[in-house]
Order: sequence, then C-alpha cells, then structure tokens
Amino acid sequence: MADLTGTPEVPSTAIDIAWNVRNNVESAATVVERHLAEIDRREGDIHAFNLVLADEARARAIEIDDAVAVGRDPGPLAGVPIALKDNMCTRGIPTTCSSRILDGWKPPYDATIVTKLHDAGAIVIGKTNLDEFAMGSSTENSAFGATRNPHDITRVPGGSSGGSAAAVAAGFAAVSLGSDTGGSIRQPAALCGVVGVKPTYGAVSRYGLVAFASSLDQIGPFATTVADASLLLESISGHDPMDSTSIRQPPLEISRQLDFGVVGLRVGRITDLPEGASPDVVARLDQAFDELRAAGAEIVDVEVPAFGYGLTAYYLIAPAEASSNLARYDGVRFGHRVDAPDTNAMYMATRTEGFGAEVKRRIMLGTYALSAGYYDAYYGRALKVRRRIAADFAAAYERADVLLTPASPTVAFHLGDKTADPMSMYLCDTYTIPSNLTGDPGMSVPFGTGDDGLPVGIQVLAPALQEATMFRTAAELERRAPR
Amino acid sequence: MSDAATSTAATTTAATDAFWSFDGWEMVVGLEVHVELATRTKLFSGSPNRFGDEPNTHIDPVTLGLPGALPVLNRQAVELAMRLGLALNCTVQRSTFARKNYFYPDMPKAYQISQYDEPICIDGWLDLPDGVRVGIERAHLEEDTGKSTHVGGTGGRIHGSDHSLIDFNRAGVPLVEIVSRPDIRSPEQAKAYVSELRAILVAVGASDAKMEEGSMRVDANVSVRRPGAEFGTRCEIKNVNSVRSVGRAIEYEAQRQIGMLEAGEPIRQETRHWDETDGRTHTLRSKEDADDYRYFQEPDLVVVDPDPEWIERVRSSLPVLPAARRLRLAEATGQSPDAEAVLVVTDRDQDVYVLTVAEAGGDAGRALVHVKEAFADQGERPAVPATDLAALTQMEVAGELTATQAKQVLAEIVDNGGGDPRAIAAAKGFEAMDSSELESMVDDAIAAQPDAWAKFCAGEGKAMGALVGAVMKASRGQADGKAVTALLERRRAGPA
Amino acid sequence: MVRVALTVVSDRITPEAVAKVAKLARLSLSDDELQQATHQLSDMLDHFADIDALDLDGVEPMTHPTPIANVMREDIEQDCLDRDEVLAGAPAAEDGRFRVPPIVGLDD
Repeated sequence: MADLTGTPEVPSTAIDIAWNVRNNVESAATVVERHLAEIDRREGDIHAFNLVLADEARARAIEIDDAVAVGRDPGPLAGVPIALKDNMCTRGIPTTCSSRILDGWKPPYDATIVTKLHDAGAIVIGKTNLDEFAMGSSTENSAFGATRNPHDITRVPGGSSGGSAAAVAAGFAAVSLGSDTGGSIRQPAALCGVVGVKPTYGAVSRYGLVAFASSLDQIGPFATTVADASLLLESISGHDPMDSTSIRQPPLEISRQLDFGVVGLRVGRITDLPEGASPDVVARLDQAFDELRAAGAEIVDVEVPAFGYGLTAYYLIAPAEASSNLARYDGVRFGHRVDAPDTNAMYMATRTEGFGAEVKRRIMLGTYALSAGYYDAYYGRALKVRRRIAADFAAAYERADVLLTPASPTVAFHLGDKTADPMSMYLCDTYTIPSNLTGDPGMSVPFGTGDDGLPVGIQVLAPALQEATMFRTAAELERRAPR
Repeated sequence: MSDAATSTAATTTAATDAFWSFDGWEMVVGLEVHVELATRTKLFSGSPNRFGDEPNTHIDPVTLGLPGALPVLNRQAVELAMRLGLALNCTVQRSTFARKNYFYPDMPKAYQISQYDEPICIDGWLDLPDGVRVGIERAHLEEDTGKSTHVGGTGGRIHGSDHSLIDFNRAGVPLVEIVSRPDIRSPEQAKAYVSELRAILVAVGASDAKMEEGSMRVDANVSVRRPGAEFGTRCEIKNVNSVRSVGRAIEYEAQRQIGMLEAGEPIRQETRHWDETDGRTHTLRSKEDADDYRYFQEPDLVVVDPDPEWIERVRSSLPVLPAARRLRLAEATGQSPDAEAVLVVTDRDQDVYVLTVAEAGGDAGRALVHVKEAFADQGERPAVPATDLAALTQMEVAGELTATQAKQVLAEIVDNGGGDPRAIAAAKGFEAMDSSELESMVDDAIAAQPDAWAKFCAGEGKAMGALVGAVMKASRGQADGKAVTALLERRRAGPA
Repeated sequence: MVRVALTVVSDRITPEAVAKVAKLARLSLSDDELQQATHQLSDMLDHFADIDALDLDGVEPMTHPTPIANVMREDIEQDCLDRDEVLAGAPAAEDGRFRVPPIVGLDD
C-alpha cells in the first residue's frame, strides 16, 4: 500500500502538492508521473478506474507548469491529481456510469464541477469505477468488474463510489470526487479508510452529474485528510445557474475553522439508533465520543425516533426518481442500441441488454411505487415519512450541534458476501441514508480499525450549511484517531 | 353515419347559431388548446425558440435529455403564462412542475415536464362575442416534444413506414395548455371560442397562435346527452388543424355518437383522429393498455410562487382586450357588440382608428361602415388621415353628399392615401341638389313616361325603376336615389 | 442472510403486477427472471411495510430538501451544441436527424 503520509519532498496531500507546484518547488509533470507510476504498480489488483487519462493528465500538467513559469497562478488545486467517478460528464471523454448502456459514450459537454476543477488547476487523472448508475454499496454491480479494497483485495471498497474511494486509498490520486445518494461517498470512505463528505444538498452543482435520484444526489470529495477534503469542497461548491436546485450561496468556507477545536460544542449521541452495527464498529464510536469529551465537547443524548424508517423511505423514493431518470436510456439519441424491427422492440431489447440486474430491479421497484393505485401507499407515503424524519432531526439539532454515528455498520466485507440478497446489501446504508433524505451534510472520517485490522469510519452529521462545524469536529477526531 | 343526417344537422346548425340540437340530443364540448409561447428561448434551456431552421441546430444537453442535464425555468414563459391567464380572468397561483412519464422517440427524456396537481392559472372564463360564457378550468406550462418524419410509408404516415427521423428543434419549446370547461354546446360556439381565444393571445403578445403553423393546436372533447341528463362518455378528437375543421369535426363526432347511442351501442372512451379529407373521425390505436403516466413532482425544479406585486404588474400592463374593444367600438358607433362590422373592424385592429376619426369630429357610425367596406388592405394604421375621413362623414351627415357620391369620394381618398373630401367632391362636380331642382326632374320623368307612371300608380313597384333611372340619368348620377323614391311616392299619394 | 428458495409465495406483489411494471419500464423478463424478480420485490416490500404503522395524518409530503422557490433564468439565447458532435454519438443518424426504426407498438 502506498505511503499515505508523504514527506515534504514527496507530498501526497492536495494542500502540499498545490503549494509545491504554485511555488515552483515541484512540477505538476513530476506529480502526475508519480501517481501514474503508482497506478501502474497496483491498478491491476484494484481496478479503481474505468479509464486512466495518462495523456490528458500529462498535457494538462504541462499547461499548469507553463502557467507557473510565466507567473500566472494556476489556482488553489494546482497540479493536484484528481479522479472523477465515471458518472460525471467529461466532454469528449467516455462517461459510462459503469453500464453497458453507456459504454463508449462521450458527452458533448462538461459537468460544472469539471469546469471548476479545471479553473482551479486540478488534473483529472482518470474516471473511476462505480456500481452501475450509482446503485449499490459495494461496486460489485459495475458492468466492468468490481473494484477491490486497497487494504484487502478480497474485500469490497464499498459503493457506489468504490473506485473513487479506492483511488485515494491506494495513492492513485491525491483526492477524488464521488456522488452520494444514500451513502455512496461516506460508506466507501469508511471501508477504505479515507475521508468522504456529502455536502448540504444544493451546495454543489449537479449539472453534468448523471442523475440517479434527483432530490438526493450530491457530489462530494474523497481525501486522505480532513483539510484536503475541505479545500476540495470549497473549490467545487457554490451556486450554479445551470442547476435549479443549487442553493444561492457563495462557495462554502470551511478551512478557516478547521483548527477551532470542539470546546463547548454539543455532540449528540442518538440513543435510539437502529441496531445492526457490529461490536468493533460500536467500540470505535464509543471511543470517538470519549475523545471528543476529552477535547472539551459536551456529549448530549438525543432521540431521532424516525431514524430507522429512513431505509424504507429511501428505497421507495430513490428508485421512483431513478425509474424516471433512467427512462432516457432508450437507444434513440446516444449510447448503446440493440436494433429491432420497431421502436418499441428496440426500447425493450436495448434496455434489457444494456442494464444490469440491480438497476433493473430498482427501476421496477420505482415504477411500481409510482404506478396508478400504488402511489399513495408507496411513493406518496414515503414522502411523508421523509418529512417526519426531517422534523425529528431538526428537533435533535436544537439540542446538539453535530451528531455522531457509524458510517457503515461493519468494516469491509468480502466480495460476494451480500450479492445474493439485495436487502442485505441495502442495510449497509442504514446510517447514511437519513441525511440524504433531509438534505443535511454528513462526512465519514477514519478512526482506527476494527475486525481484521480493517478501517472504521465515524460519521459526523450536521444541520444544513453547517459544514464548518461538521469539519472541525471531524478534524478533532482526525487528530485523536487511534493509530 | 348517413349523409341525410349530416345535411339535416347542417340545416339545424345554420338556422340557430348558438343553439344546436339534433333529435332531442345536445352536444357537450370542451376544448384543450395548446399554444406555443412567443419567447426567444425554450422553456428550460437557452436554445432558440425559432421555427424553420436546419434540423437539430437548436439543441443543447437539456433539450436532448442527455445524461446529467438539468432544466432551468424561463422567466419570460412564466410572465406570458400569467399574461394570458389574467386575460382569461384566471387566478394566478403558486404552482409546481410534474413529470409525465411515457416512451416516444420525440420525447428526449422519456418524460415530459408539465404541471399536474398545481397549475399556474385556474378558474377563469372567456366570453364569446354573442355573450355566452365558457369557463376555463386551468392553464398550465409544459414543454413541447420534438418532431418525427416517417420515411417509406404512404403520405408520410407512420403506417407502413420503413424508419423515422427525429428533429429536436421543437423539443423544449414552451407551451401553455388551456383547458376549457365543457360549456360549449355547438360547433359555432366552438369556432367562436377558438377565434376569440386566438385574438386574446395575440393581443397580449403571448403567442402568434397560428393553427396552420402549429403554434396553436386544438383538441376537442365531445360527448352528447339528452338536455339535463348526466354527461355522456366523451371522445377526444385530435388533428384538428383549422377553425373550420373545429366546427366540422365536432359536428361529425356528435352525429357519430348520436347514431351509436340511438342504435343501442355504448360510446367507448377513446382518442380519435380527425381526417380532413374524408370528413370523419377514426379510432387511433385502441388504448386498452392506456399508459400509466406515473405523475410525480419534478425534483429538478422548485416551486413557482409569483408574488402579488408581479401579478399586479402583469395585470396592469395588459392591453384592452378584444371583447372590451368591441364593446367600446359598439358604444361609439351605436351598434351591437356582435354586429358584423364591429367584429370585422376590431379583428383587423382598426377599431382605434375609427375612434380617432370620431375624436376628429367625424361620425363614428359612417366611419365604421367606410372602414369595414374600403379599408380591408389598410392594416392597423390606415394611410388615410383620420381628419380626412372625419370631414367626409361630416359632409354625409349634413346631406351634402349622397351615399353613392360619398363612396366615390372615399375611393379616391383611399387610392391617394388621403385628400380633402370637399375639394374632391367639387372636382367631381358633386353638389347637393336642392329639392326644387329634384322635384322638377321628377316631374319631367313622370311626364316623359306616362305608361310607367300609370303602372307605378296602380301599385306596380317595379315600374318605379324606369322613373328613378330617368331622374338619375338627367342628374348625371347626382340625385339621391332615396330622395327620388320618396318624391315619387309622395306624388302617387296625392296632390301636394 | 442468504435466501435460496424461490418458491415462497407472498401477496405483496404478484407476478402479473411485476410483468406489468416491467412492460411500463420497457424491460423484458424471462419466466425465470419474472419469478425471481417477484420474489425479490416481494421481500423488499415486506421490509418496507414498516412505514404502514406510522401515523402520518396531516404530514405534508417532502419532495425537496430545501424550500427554495422562484428559480428562473432570463430569456436570453445560449450557445447550442454542435450538431455533428452530437450526431457522432448517436446510434443512427440520417439527414441531420436521429434515425429510429418504425414507430409502432407505442401509444400515440
């Protein structure tokens, strides 16, 4: 496994790389080569990428170095190699969502975050593997083969952003972006031992993110440090006129408060949290509370009675929105097509062949939840449950500034462990789902190991737009994490 | 359905404009009208809303429904929807967007963004020129689809085609769907509704509403019933492409349904296609498996909630609407608001001109007649100065010109784009004939045609023609025909 | 927990309903797949029945996390996509348009 701590001569964090490149201590070209070499060394075992962009990265590095040479500031992420989950549109570069139905498709436009990263001087080093159309918790649903956990390649990296999490954990990229609809950043971050953040809904533009569930999806950073995640999130957040759900806020300001500590902060323990977390994870959570208390925080008990209903609400709302979002994959305008004697037959053949089993399952579940006669019992009811959950969290946040839970119920499991029973896989999202439903931010920060020496992640939750508070709590946990 | 029935119905319709009935049945009609809004860009993206350019040149990720694309609402479309809604007396309310999910090649996302539970405008009405009020249930925003052309079949139809080609230029164009209540009871009313609606849409600048170009599309929901009974099963009629077709299609469909019901067959609720060439409606694919649209609120868009200030700004910026203009013109000219001259002149946007003539001292009634008869090609701002026409009407009212003379002076004024009527009349040698001169001409004519005079005195009205003709000839057309007739009748009646 | 038997009959959703839903979504299932999908969806819906117990009278549905309103843009033209680039990514194109097989089997 790559040395993640780095040295001043061989920096591996985004902050250090950017500083070095902007101040001419190291060239972007060298940085890129170093990361490409690491990819060469271990990508065969891990399969984090659908596509490595070696030529493009080298070309971009030259541009960055040229800018520095003439005294132009390339931006706060100058020379930082970043991997992008392959559900973010990159113009002229294949964007597959790890699905056969988009195999080889090249978008004619860039996602907003791609443009922002470019303007910040970052270097996209590859498109990472995911569960097909972001549906899954292990990256085993990819049409192009699973990604492996860099800590143990017989185990999953989590999902759906497994490739992005693994890329950072393995040192293939300094940072990466994933998307989180029900936990798809935070859970793989926990399993891979890296930092993963789902921002407040609307804080980061979704324009160019291939939609899974529109009212739940958010793009967020993976990084090896809380500070790096903070820098990246600041670079990609901010109002976007191309996204109607983008909130009218300037970019988030988080870094300034990272070292404020937690003295006087009210940290909530959810006493009626649903069961299912394994003892090793629970032990780390308890330890996290102890550390924060020692750091001066006040631990308060809170209740979130509807917390456990989140799973059901999510697995009715998300598939419903997805069934509609994925209807556009019909073989007419882009992507894969299976020829047939008439359009209807073409739709059937294209979609049946092009979608994997989990995607089809969710499309059917979602279609059912919206269908005539069932809307009120399923989708309609789930929307009310969502409101109830939001109300419970709002009440809890009257008494606590942040909440702590496990990010994942267990450490990384073996490939194949949960693929036979879809429900068992869905339970992986138990603790992450509610904040997608409410739109509040959440992040996972590595905090020691659990069974078999595998990483454990602690989830910090905060109210909407309170990323600064959330991050400084995470920073404290990072400082006090067991080695 | 028999031709005899059609012709009988035609007679019935012609005889009574607003009231339609056949064999004790009445028709119940609601109209759904889709209009393309006159915005510069599409409803949810910045591609041009423009007709006629090369296929697939007005496209963007949102229009094509590409992965990752997101809709952003066009403020001007909302403004125009409010304008037309307020002009139709609707309440503008907080509204949401919804997805209507179905598969069709010209539907890029396989769902259409429309409004379902909460449309932007509700509960309005439109008064027809004859005074009948048709309720407007709702008006809502939605996006248009692309266009498919079918290659290889007969006449460009889907049936028998080899393949189809899709152009997405039209996809995403803003539409408003205006749904009337089923208050329409005759083909004439339906046509009047469509015409009046069009006039309103054009007046407020919401749309150019041209059926022949597809910027206004009409679907009719038709059912029949015995007066006072429950509403019957209705059928939706599509492919009605002109105002005239609206009338024809509704007439046909009502007759078709009456025929079936009288033969004891129930009406099947379905969508039917109007065929202009054979004058009948035909079943489209029978929809046993009617698509379940699975409407749900569009998660990529947020609530639209115009504040009272915006609504008031729109309301107070509305122009005088056609109905009010007709009323205004009618009152100024002493006509009824649905008199033909009033309808025609207002429709041509020349009502203001007539009022201007009146303001310049002219006679509004005479001006109305002249504008209707002679100004068809003049447009909204006739070349003839209002003062000139005013002066002409003054001469007529003062009896200085006969009707015929006035017409000739008017013709010259129109041809020259203006002119002093007094000067023109003088140049033509038109002078009012004094009554003694006229009387002596009449007496001369009587003396010259004793046979005609005898017949006329015996009661043969036709014989008058020869006498009047003689007077007109003698006066070189300057005699006022009505005055001559009056004089002849007086002579016949007895000694002065 | 791994389920193996596919013969459990649940009344949460019938094979007919699954077939209908698959058709709505333009997915074709073999008989085996239909059976398996019915079983899996039934199992899920069994789990999801937990929300039936909640009292949700008077609770407003929550479609959006954030209560923003009136997001609109000005009626100004933006650049369009290059038609050639777009059609190059299309499965079939002809005469500047997207080409599809005959449009039958769909409701108008």
